[in-house]
Amino acid sequence: MFDFKDVKYKNIIHISKLTIEAQKVTFVVGESGSGKTTLLRLINKMISPDSGDIYYRGESLSSIDSVKLRRSVVMLPQSPVIFEGSIKDNLLIGLAFSEKPAVSDDELINMLKRVNLNKPLGESAANLSGGEKQRVALGRVLLMDPDVLLLDEPSSALDEETEKLIFDTLAAYTRSNGKTLICVTHSKQAAASYADRIIEMTSNSTEEAVS
Amino acid sequence: MNGVITPQVWQIAVAYVFVVILLIIVRKRGISREKEILIGTLRMTLQLILAGYVLLFLFDNVHPVLTIVTVILMETFAIYNTIKRVKTKLSASIKKIIAFSMILGTLFSLVFFIVVVLGVAPWYDPRYFIPIAGMLIGNSMTGISLGVSRLVDGMRSQRHVIEAALMLGATPKTAAKKYVNAAFDAAILPTINSMVGMGIVFLPGMMTGQILSGTSPVTAIEYQIVIMLGILGSVTLTVIMFVQLAYKSFFNAQQQLVMDEENE
Repeated sequence: MFDFKDVKYKNIIHISKLTIEAQKVTFVVGESGSGKTTLLRLINKMISPDSGDIYYRGESLSSIDSVKLRRSVVMLPQSPVIFEGSIKDNLLIGLAFSEKPAVSDDELINMLKRVNLNKPLGESAANLSGGEKQRVALGRVLLMDPDVLLLDEPSSALDEETEKLIFDTLAAYTRSNGKTLICVTHSKQAAASYADRIIEMTSNSTEEAVS
Repeated sequence: MNGVITPQVWQIAVAYVFVVILLIIVRKRGISREKEILIGTLRMTLQLILAGYVLLFLFDNVHPVLTIVTVILMETFAIYNTIKRVKTKLSASIKKIIAFSMILGTLFSLVFFIVVVLGVAPWYDPRYFIPIAGMLIGNSMTGISLGVSRLVDGMRSQRHVIEAALMLGATPKTAAKKYVNAAFDAAILPTINSMVGMGIVFLPGMMTGQILSGTSPVTAIEYQIVIMLGILGSVTLTVIMFVQLAYKSFFNAQQQLVMDEENE
């Protein structure tokens, strides 16, 4: 689904060849500074490689309209951004940004259950804890139902139990809906339990794939 | 013009007593502002004397080229002043957009005002053209300065929010909308506020000047109303052009947020 060919980005990334397959759960691990987040940003086209090319379904990212791409390849940043307003506003804003129709309150409540957040829709999102904000942001991208989900440390602010619940949800969602999940994590344990494939990034900027 | 008092040189000199009072106050209180007060007073005096003679010259030598050159000088000074006044560092493209918006916004309003509203003939009559240009350009300068600071600071401090919106498939326009609107609002608010208080709390400078120099208050008010509307138009046009063009300079052709190097 994603093919990297001689991709270089500053001194951070140098990938001569890498393929990320469709409808698989791929985990990206590696020490900090090895370019995990940069890899996701390249795929989401928040940045473009200095040289080389990345192909999405055979088409070079440089020739795909960025906004259109980001609507089917959605990225959740590591520090979740909470917008002004209630939990409901925050869940719906991804749909609004990508010009998709809003969903009913029932579906929103159902989504909060899926991300294991027991809060009323009308509550102000600004007062939530870090872990709760992270789950609201995750619910927001799941509602958009994109083809590809790029998650950057989605469990960094969660306790172990919640982390497991969230990864269960994500893995089940990906597999039962034919979606592609690319997830950056520091937790090798989570990667080992959920991944179809693990990519390890090393700080000398080459990738190696361990299946 | 009966009974109009023209201040004599000694009368003007007496008015400087207020500067002396201010100087005594800041000296006694240990507020180190003497230098700025003296420079301000001196510059105000010299600049106005100079402006008086320049206007006198222009009124005696009515010519379209002279009027145009004067307006070009005013625009140049206003653009330079705007860029200098904004505390944050500006990229070259933002500076160009400031210049472009100032020139187009003020000139359009100025021509509309002179030709359509007042119907001045000949259009370049400096008695109308120069003071009205000064009012429109000066107020647009204040407006755009506020707009520039607000937009640039907003885009920089909220870049992670803008990026998060882009990651969710927002267009740059949608992602930046909140900061563009806030900048526009901040820029036009002083003009709106001055319209609210006008005539009740204070009489504007232009109107006061006209009344003191013997013009009927009714005529002075008529002028003040159209001038205020002209200012509103000029500020609006200048600022909307600026914010619409400036936010785009924060994104590249690939609709990525670019803030490194130039914009940071």
